Amino acid sequence: MIAAILVMALGAVVLGAALGYAAVRFRVEGDPLVEKIDAILPQTQCGQCGFPGCKPYATAIAKGEAEINQCPPGGEEGIRKLADLLGREAKPLSAEHGVEKPKSVAVIDENLCIGCTLCIQACPVDAIVGAAKQMHTVVDSLCTGCELCLPPCPVDCIAMVPIAETVETWKWRYPVIPIKPRQKVA
Amino acid sequence: MLRRLFAFNGGVKPPTHKSSSTRAAIATLPLPPELVIPLHQSIGGTPRPLVRAGQHVLKGQLIGAADGNISAAIHASTSGRVVAVEARVMAHASGLSTLCVVIAPDGEDAWVECRPVPWRSLPGDQVRDLLRDAGIVGLGGAVFPSHLKLKPGPGSRGSSKGGLRHLVINGAECEPFITCDDMQMREQANAILAGATIMGELLGAEEILVGIEDNKPEAVAAMQAASGRLGERGGRIQIVAVPTRYPAGGAKQLIRVLTGIEVPHGERSTDYGVQCFNTGTVFAIHEALEKGRPLLSRIVTVAGNVERPGNYEVLFGTPMDYVVARAGPKPDTDRFIMGGPMMGYAMPSRQVPVVKATNCILVGSPALFPPPAPEMPCIRCGECAKACPADLQPFEMYWHSRAKSFGKAQEYHLFDCIECGCCTYVCPSHIPLVDYFRFAKSEIWAREREKDSADAARDRYEFRQHREEREKEERAARLAAKAAATKARIGIDPSAGGADTDDQALIAAAIRRTQSATTDLPPAGESGT
Ligand code: SF4
Ligand code: SF4
Ligand code: SF4
Repeated sequence: MIAAILVMALGAVVLGAALGYAAVRFRVEGDPLVEKIDAILPQTQCGQCGFPGCKPYATAIAKGEAEINQCPPGGEEGIRKLADLLGREAKPLSAEHGVEKPKSVAVIDENLCIGCTLCIQACPVDAIVGAAKQMHTVVDSLCTGCELCLPPCPVDCIAMVPIAETVETWKWRYPVIPIKPRQKVA
Repeated sequence: MLRRLFAFNGGVKPPTHKSSSTRAAIATLPLPPELVIPLHQSIGGTPRPLVRAGQHVLKGQLIGAADGNISAAIHASTSGRVVAVEARVMAHASGLSTLCVVIAPDGEDAWVECRPVPWRSLPGDQVRDLLRDAGIVGLGGAVFPSHLKLKPGPGSRGSSKGGLRHLVINGAECEPFITCDDMQMREQANAILAGATIMGELLGAEEILVGIEDNKPEAVAAMQAASGRLGERGGRIQIVAVPTRYPAGGAKQLIRVLTGIEVPHGERSTDYGVQCFNTGTVFAIHEALEKGRPLLSRIVTVAGNVERPGNYEVLFGTPMDYVVARAGPKPDTDRFIMGGPMMGYAMPSRQVPVVKATNCILVGSPALFPPPAPEMPCIRCGECAKACPADLQPFEMYWHSRAKSFGKAQEYHLFDCIECGCCTYVCPSHIPLVDYFRFAKSEIWAREREKDSADAARDRYEFRQHREEREKEERAARLAAKAAATKARIGIDPSAGGADTDDQALIAAAIRRTQSATTDLPPAGESGT
């Protein structure tokens, strides 16, 4: 009996030491929770959440310093996913941070653009190409629709254009369930 | 010659409605007043337009170049003038528009020069490129570019080992109402088998199995006669009548029936020594290689609510109502369905053009296809699972798709669903199961696209931050170097002394410099880095 207790106790001590050592020796760099939250955020990098990008917001959520309903581009679905991940209560998008809009891309009116490069400096994801005093263009496949290039433009030549649905991006609609039986065709 | 056949699980036996459209031979149509040829007609990239409005084109002229390797070229279906290159409503359930080349035929129907392809002496890659540029796609309805499927498995063509074991030619045509493959096999059996022989050689196939549902005895007989005429060369070909049961014409199901091989989802069937092509595709490949003619037309069944159901050879771009007018639509017609009653879907307009995927225009009326009964709750009777030929559990996938928990739906192998409609057909609660699956699939695809672009945005954002960080460091380093250079010039050893004395010396130097600004300029080249 005592031998059994001793064996178990010894096992516990050895395993505990091994685990403690492993925790120090094989420490994972970076916070996996932040990575997981960041993977849910839409990476628009717009700053509407009140943080200078998605990663800082993810860090703040992980630390419990921010609510999960501050990202308008992520919308209701993003909030739901964050709530699932963190085991928190899902809540509606906080109005002070903005509203969910249809996904758009920035388009530069190339006749008005004076080539000042201010928008290039503002774009967080390098989606604008152009050189000083040359016309600039937004590469629409790279644009996240963050709108950060709009305020710096001195001639107001950038507009947000909603992305049109194409045959490739079209989605089958949710099947409509008739509430009452349809009238028989006479 | 009896072959051991295998069976697939599930399946249904809906009424076939095939006899009425097989009475007359395949008819050709006079040229329509206008052809609207969409550039996007196959899986993969949208071809780039090569013509401008006002230009004259010849029949068979390339008007859309394949975009990348997963794509297929588009050609002018007749000679005439390009009226416009603009967006027009497409033959697609979405009702969206896509870029089309609109041609006003000149009535000459004049061909470009067509030369047979010496495919025997060309390397395989070149033959595949030629087929892509001839616009050959699967004509069974999936419109997958055929050249991608003609890549032999490891170590075939020439070597006896490792090549394809079975080349399956799909003439099953299991969907009700549709008879275009049936009629083509009856009338063009020789060309189909010649095409099959070519493909057998390209793929190094050991045997060629043509599977035809046993409700088409005329087609079986015609193909058998043609195979007899091939004599020696037809030795590898077997014409096999398979039991009639929907969806025997699904590629996976037919492969299973003929060879017993199960190809897992997402894997290439060539890795399992088998590949499957529709008879219409085989015919098109024969035309492309032996005559040098690109794919310009196909056989289309017009059936349903019409006076004279039948099959027509239709140029791509012909408006559907122009084709249906020949068959005499009845006055209570309310919609056109592209495809059959099980897998087809209603067209957004009656003027949409016939495209490569159009195997059938099913003319509907409220009497023929009454509106579906209202959906009732699922009673978990399991009928759908019994009918599913892909061995899925549709009621579970339905439950999760309906609740929009797509991850769970995927766990039940949603992407193995071939959208055959058997489950919807048998469901006693009238649940449009396939509609839920199509909805769930397209939502999942959209999310994957979003995820990909978010990941790319994160990478670019991090790269930009990294770059800004580096630029800051470089600037700081430049300034430090400049300061050190200044110190050296005014005679302080940069490594000696504390920060205070450094700063004082620098300030003193600056004062001295401003006092004698004109005489004490640093020599050119020393200040920059
Ligand atoms: S609000 Fe903008 S910056 Fe903040 S997490 Fe959402 S997308 Fe990223
Ligand atoms: S057949 Fe219909 S009712 Fe029966 S289990 Fe399937 S979905 Fe439910
Ligand atoms: S539609 Fe999909 S789930 Fe339904 S029977 Fe066919 S393969 Fe199975």
